[in-house]
Amino acid sequence: MSGEFFHTAQMFIAGVLMIGGVFFVLAGAIGVIRMPDFYTRMHAAGVTDTLGAELILLGLIVQAGFSQTSIKLVFIAFFLFLTSPTATHAVVGAAWQSGLKPKLGKYKAPAPGERKPKPKPKAKRKAPAKTAKKAQAAKKPKAKT
Amino acid sequence: MTQMLYYINIGTAFLLLIGMALLLARLLSGPTLYDRILAVNSFGTKTVLFLAVFALIIGRDDGVDIAILYALMNFIATIAVLKFFRYSALGISLDDDFIEDEDTVPKASEKKETPI
Amino acid sequence: MIRSALILLVLLGAYWLALSGYLDNPVLLTVGAISVVLVVAMVMRMEIMDTETAPYFHGKSLGYFAWMFVQITKSNVEVVKAILSPDMEISPTMTKVPMPHSTDIGRVTFANSITLTPGTVAIEMQDDTILVHALLTSMTDQKAFAEMGERAAWAVSDPMSGNNIQHEGGK
Repeated sequence: MSGEFFHTAQMFIAGVLMIGGVFFVLAGAIGVIRMPDFYTRMHAAGVTDTLGAELILLGLIVQAGFSQTSIKLVFIAFFLFLTSPTATHAVVGAAWQSGLKPKLGKYKAPAPGERKPKPKPKAKRKAPAKTAKKAQAAKKPKAKT
Repeated sequence: MTQMLYYINIGTAFLLLIGMALLLARLLSGPTLYDRILAVNSFGTKTVLFLAVFALIIGRDDGVDIAILYALMNFIATIAVLKFFRYSALGISLDDDFIEDEDTVPKASEKKETPI
Repeated sequence: MIRSALILLVLLGAYWLALSGYLDNPVLLTVGAISVVLVVAMVMRMEIMDTETAPYFHGKSLGYFAWMFVQITKSNVEVVKAILSPDMEISPTMTKVPMPHSTDIGRVTFANSITLTPGTVAIEMQDDTILVHALLTSMTDQKAFAEMGERAAWAVSDPMSGNNIQHEGGK
């Protein structure tokens, strides 16, 4: 009876940890897509590497119980815990040395309407004036060379 | 309950794959080299997690060994790529504080005794 | 030097046993002993053996890990909130954080802790300051950095005596 209870509790804790971990991992991946410049993307990637990875590995350790597999998983968690900040620091140090400047100050994501490409090229295409077409034709070879 | 956890594991593996696809998009579109390196590094972390989850799903513990190897290789690969793009060679000693000198590539012969 | 070599020998042996899992196979045990001795000999020949090569753990560092885990969780939630909010109002900032640690391992622990906490990344270590890039301006609280520095120094028993950096062990 009690053994079954412990088993259920173990599985429940493992499931909660895995779901939380995968949430953080996905949030980090979305952040890597959405963030505006390299230095902010790095923060988003850091989320994945620290809490998301550790939570998923913790969930797996709880699942595996006390066995050789869980010892190996502890090793993986330990390596990731040590190497991920070092790798992040190496990447950002290299970027900083190469002269990549961070965008500072407040940033706000553009509203969904603004995010689309500005309607300037459309207007050009719509314009039926011959001069515009000629001008484009004249520009084309220039752009090619 | 065990069955439930099995499904949670499979879902975790699939969501990890989706996260890897998102990172792959950043890898292909990243404007700078460092964006790509960052994406590769993060992709490697997710690969380690996926391997570990997958090993438990199929019930073979050997997969966890591969995950350990991948965790170590991923770190070394990131450092090696960064070093290669900075010095255009891998056989250079980094004993000196390589952050100190900006543009000169330090030669192996001129080692300083006191770093920092 | 000899002490660190012995610590490394024991740790590598335990690592081999934990990964192989076969405790009664004489062939595997012999091969493991040979490779462990070979690795320690190579490390000593490369002259990179110092106090950091042989990692050491005690109650202090475990306590520090527990405290770090709480901090990581807190700032993770903030970063995820910023990522998932539709407006994504972020305010990237750069600050200099003073670093009064005097040993190498103290400095590394402090800088790694800053990087490990999401939202703040240590970019460059100067003589006694760290250049930090933060995602939100609210994360650049100097008091929080000072507390983290004190705890990091406590975890690796760093005297925090300021500028005169002593390089431990080594060559």
